[in-house]
Amino acid sequence: MSDSTLEALSCQELVELVTAYLEGSLPAVDRTRFEDHIARCDGCRVYLEQMRTTIRLAGRLTPEAVPPEAERALLSAFRSWHEK
Amino acid sequence: MSTLELRELDALRAGDEEAFMALVRRHHAAMVRVAQIYVSRRDLAEEVVQEAWLGVLRGLDRFEGRSSLKTWLFRIVTNLAKTRAMREGRTIPFSALRTPEGVPEPAVEPERFRRPDDPQWPGHWASKPAQWPEARLLENESLERIQQAIEALPDSQRAVITLRDVEGWSAEEVCNALELSETNQRVLLHRARSKVRRAMERYLDE
Repeated sequence: MSDSTLEALSCQELVELVTAYLEGSLPAVDRTRFEDHIARCDGCRVYLEQMRTTIRLAGRLTPEAVPPEAERALLSAFRSWHEK
Repeated sequence: MSTLELRELDALRAGDEEAFMALVRRHHAAMVRVAQIYVSRRDLAEEVVQEAWLGVLRGLDRFEGRSSLKTWLFRIVTNLAKTRAMREGRTIPFSALRTPEGVPEPAVEPERFRRPDDPQWPGHWASKPAQWPEARLLENESLERIQQAIEALPDSQRAVITLRDVEGWSAEEVCNALELSETNQRVLLHRARSKVRRAMERYLDE
């Protein structure tokens, strides 16, 4: 049951708490306020889902490849290091 | 250190080229991002990382494994990048990571919400976000847009989102490698993700 004396979050406040919520670093009281709001608000539910989608898409990016000239230089550095 | 890392370390010390190149491929891109926080210019960051790998080789025999190999690698990069930044005359090399709370950067444009003096719903959506079409998210262009949005971020935000969301590091690992407090790590990540989401929203609304 939510505490009626507890002031509800506005949508504008909620969007600033999304990362803390996803990181699990919101204090219990704020977590409850966050979840109460999400349960009642379509806009914020979609917003939270978009943030999750953004994270998921970023996770599908492949880290940039090493430039070939850098690879060559490093390989030869490794060889001469080992020969020492 | 994990058994896997011990085995890797043995291979490196034994001169195993494949093991070394695998290590390079695994960490090079992230190292460049981290160096860029301090030296900003991409070409300088690449130089710093090359130098860091040489430092890794020089230190390999003395490395005692008190920290993980990864932590050690990134500490070398950070130290070299700081030195380089000072030499290049970036007077406060840590400025990129200073407490970011100073300048407010709202996650969503304030115009998207009802005004604070709205009689009924102050601070609630004036224009709600619309659901994203799943089919377009699966297209390659969506990934390209995400990549571009990450590239366009300020150096420190780009580094944090790359390590967390692209490379899959934990918050703790990022805090250690970048010498950030938990709060600052979270603020940088929040700003980065919020901007990337906004870029996606603009793209999908086109």
